[in-house]
Amino acid sequence: MSVVVDTMFPPDLVDRGGAGTPLLSVRGLVKYFGGKRGALFHKPAVRAVDGIDFDVIKGETLGIVGESGCGKSTTARLIMHIIAPDAGEILFDGEAVGSNELDLTAFRKQTQMIFQDSYASLNPRLTVEDTVAFGPRVHGLSRKAAVARAHDLLEQVGLDPVRFAGRYPHEISGGQRQRVNIARGLALEPRLLILDEAVSALDKSVEAQVLNLLLDLKDKFGLTYIFISHDLNVVRFMSDRVMVMYLGKVAEVGPSEAIFNRPGHPYTQALLASMPSMDPDHRTEEAPIAGDPPNPINPPSGCRFHTRCKMAATLCTHSEPALHPASSDHLVACHLANPDSGHPRLKPA
Amino acid sequence: MTAAAPIVDVRGLTVEFRGGAKPVRAAAGVDLTLSKGETVALLGESGSGKSVTLRALMRLHPKSARVTGSVRVDGRDVLAMLASELTRYRGRVVSMVFQDPGLAFDPVYRVGDQIAEAVVRHEGTTMAEGRARALKLFERVRIPSAERRLDNYPHEMSGGMRQRAMIALALACRPKVLLADEPTTALDATVQIQVLLLLRELQRELGLAVIFVTHDIGVAVEVADRIAVMYCGRIVEMGSCAAVIRTPAHPYTQGLLASRAGHSDATARRLVAIPGAPPDLANLPPGCAFAPRCSLAADVCRRSVPDPIFLKPEHFARCLRIDAAQHHAPSAAVIAAQ
Repeated sequence: MSVVVDTMFPPDLVDRGGAGTPLLSVRGLVKYFGGKRGALFHKPAVRAVDGIDFDVIKGETLGIVGESGCGKSTTARLIMHIIAPDAGEILFDGEAVGSNELDLTAFRKQTQMIFQDSYASLNPRLTVEDTVAFGPRVHGLSRKAAVARAHDLLEQVGLDPVRFAGRYPHEISGGQRQRVNIARGLALEPRLLILDEAVSALDKSVEAQVLNLLLDLKDKFGLTYIFISHDLNVVRFMSDRVMVMYLGKVAEVGPSEAIFNRPGHPYTQALLASMPSMDPDHRTEEAPIAGDPPNPINPPSGCRFHTRCKMAATLCTHSEPALHPASSDHLVACHLANPDSGHPRLKPA
Repeated sequence: MTAAAPIVDVRGLTVEFRGGAKPVRAAAGVDLTLSKGETVALLGESGSGKSVTLRALMRLHPKSARVTGSVRVDGRDVLAMLASELTRYRGRVVSMVFQDPGLAFDPVYRVGDQIAEAVVRHEGTTMAEGRARALKLFERVRIPSAERRLDNYPHEMSGGMRQRAMIALALACRPKVLLADEPTTALDATVQIQVLLLLRELQRELGLAVIFVTHDIGVAVEVADRIAVMYCGRIVEMGSCAAVIRTPAHPYTQGLLASRAGHSDATARRLVAIPGAPPDLANLPPGCAFAPRCSLAADVCRRSVPDPIFLKPEHFARCLRIDAAQHHAPSAAVIAAQ
């Protein structure tokens, strides 16, 4: 169904790398914030993202979950090149972002981001119509064509252009504002949409509407999503694959069904067990883990989860586990997932 | 039914804010009673009136707000209290835990001193005795190395620990009623469950009556004996936790439960969403406020606000189409099976 006004942009949006190439590949991504080295002062850095690798397959939704400070939002910002990484490589459809083959302008047209705060991410002095038309205008469309495109997109996200086109962000509700953000995100016909807690600020009854809308748009426009949220129910509903992060590292990544039904990492297990039970007769009786997540300024040595882990052994305090396949597409960064790690709780074969 | 008089007795509570073009009626006739040692969750979305109701119990609204109705706590008329009586009432009879403990503590004083100060003010003890109480409370809410932590400033604590300290402060003068306004919303999942379990344990041991405001059904189920569902300033359904979750009677409650992502099988590729958005509180429809979004709404729903209809002695819903709603709730069975 091609409802969107066609012939907008040069055909650089075609699938260049082929179906087998991941849409996005992230290798060895590192970002530290702050930190000063001096003769007198030594201010340690916040290790927000500390060497992560992952792929986003074409057409899938990759969910990213984790607690505050785990680096999920920093990862999103690094992918968008809103902030520069300290190290690591980001490939989009097989091409390095920022290289001659794929400069930042071309990349950003293909990747868009939706933020949590629907109000802060809109310009308060632009009408809804101008907001959505802005990107296409910048990328060379005539005003008339850009406005026509904006109206079409507003229709697509369920906002009647006749009623909403002339309104300002403060004149519409939170759910409607987030729809405007989604319309703006789609205005440049991106292939990858990064949704960073995009529904977290919405009321539950409105959240369901926006999630349904996101599913519809994904089918209609053949989009790929990175869906970041702290709400495990929502991530489970939206995602094909899920990546669990803890203190700047990937703890576990795999198909949604495997992560939720057979979590391999003790952290994922604790996270799932922390969800309210929804059963008045069987309430949660014991907290799965004690304490708060440690400070990412000075993360624990070895496995970063060992300070809160019930399964931790001496090995975990000094040796950092690598991602090890629990099955072909399910990777777990825990010594218990690796039969050769020598973790004392592993049963001898 | 307990023979004793309820500790909290709210009747016809209405809170109106003026200042805009039209007055905003944030709470419109809330009736709520609580027995000693009981936990009620006020469940609702933003603007449903849950926090406004809670704040009215502490008389925290600005003077410009018009608060009418009757609020009796522990036999006393809260709305008629003088300033000096209020000072004694707050903290000692009723105290409150807020969503953001980072804002509730004074950033330039040590946390332990802030708790001790509350004890000194209310009970006329010495500062040393106040500090001793603070230490006991810190141990009670299980803050690790409590003695050292008393000397922390709020910013030196993590979010979960600050919320524990907030709870310690709220309990400092042994109140009878604890009001909790989204106390775990800002916390991470693994910390949220710890704080919920702590609150439940304290409630049981100290025999507190707790009113717990939340927008999260799962959280309400973890802590509450009864759930009151609010919509546009009114309690639209109230009943025991199990009754509201398993046999929701109001179409709004049914919609909320059905629209939860992940409540049912993962194969369902769409959520059953409630259409539309809550109406403007300054411009409420004359009848049932949910009627514009309700698939069962009839003309009669748009004429007058429905009175509570009781399904069981302690389970009611303000819905005229309650019979139709009962047949219309396929989601309830799915949820009960979970």
